[in-house]
Amino acid sequence: MITTIRLQNQIFDAAAEAALLTRSRTDIGAVVTFTGICRADENGEPIAALTLEYYPVMAEAEIARHVEEAQARWPLLGVTVIHRHGRIAPGEPIVLVVTASSHRLAAFAAAEFLMDYLKARAPFWKQVEKPAGATPERTWVEPKAADDSAAERWSAPSPRRGAAK
Amino acid sequence: MKVRYFAWVRERIGLAEEDIEPPAGIATVGELLAWLAQRGDGYAYAFENPKVIRAAIDKSHVRSDARIEGAGEIAFFPPMTGG
Repeated sequence: MITTIRLQNQIFDAAAEAALLTRSRTDIGAVVTFTGICRADENGEPIAALTLEYYPVMAEAEIARHVEEAQARWPLLGVTVIHRHGRIAPGEPIVLVVTASSHRLAAFAAAEFLMDYLKARAPFWKQVEKPAGATPERTWVEPKAADDSAAERWSAPSPRRGAAK
Repeated sequence: MKVRYFAWVRERIGLAEEDIEPPAGIATVGELLAWLAQRGDGYAYAFENPKVIRAAIDKSHVRSDARIEGAGEIAFFPPMTGG
C-alpha cells in the first residue's frame, strides 16, 4: 500500500494528490477524496483566518498509527493524509484525506474513519483570528461534542468492519 | 523531566516547555497536573478544570492515572480541534 502523510504550512492540490495515488495503477477501483476547507465564519461569527497549532512528531506518529489501523480494518490500496498548520485563510484547504481501494465501501469508510480521528484525537488546535477591531482578537475553537461522538463510534464494534465489496 | 504545553494551556502558563523536577510522591499524570497547578496564577488558570486537560507521555495519549516514572516528556493540552 502507498501511504503518504504530510504536515505542512503550504497549500496543497487535492486533485493532484488523488491523481498521484492512482497513477499507473489498474487495481484501484475507488478513490475517495475529502478536503476540509476553512470557512469565513465560526459559530455564526465572521473570522479573518484560522491558525493551527500542532504537536510535532506526536501528530505524525498518531496519524501514521491510525492509517495503519485503517489498513487493518479495510482492504486499502493507498492512503494520503495532508494536514496543514500555521495561518490558513477562509477558502483555503486545511486537511486532505484520500483513500483508494478496489471497491467503494472500504474507501468511503476508511476516509470517514480517518477524518473522525483527525477532528477529535489528532494533536492539533485551531485558533480563530477575528476581523480587525473585534475583541478578543483571537479565540480557541471549542471542541464539538458531535466530533467526539463521531470518533467514539469507531471504538465500538463496527457493523461495517470488514465490509469490502 | 520535560513538560510541554499547547494551545490555551501554553498561553495561560506563558511557556511552551520547561524542565521540572517534581517532588517524590508525585506518581501519576493527575498528581503532576495538581502539583503544577499550585506553581502560580498562570498554572492555576491553565489547570482550573483538570477534567478537560489531555495529556501525553513521550508523545502518546495517556489518562490521568498513567504513571510518570521514566517519562522523558509529558505534554498537557486542551481537547484537540484538528481536521
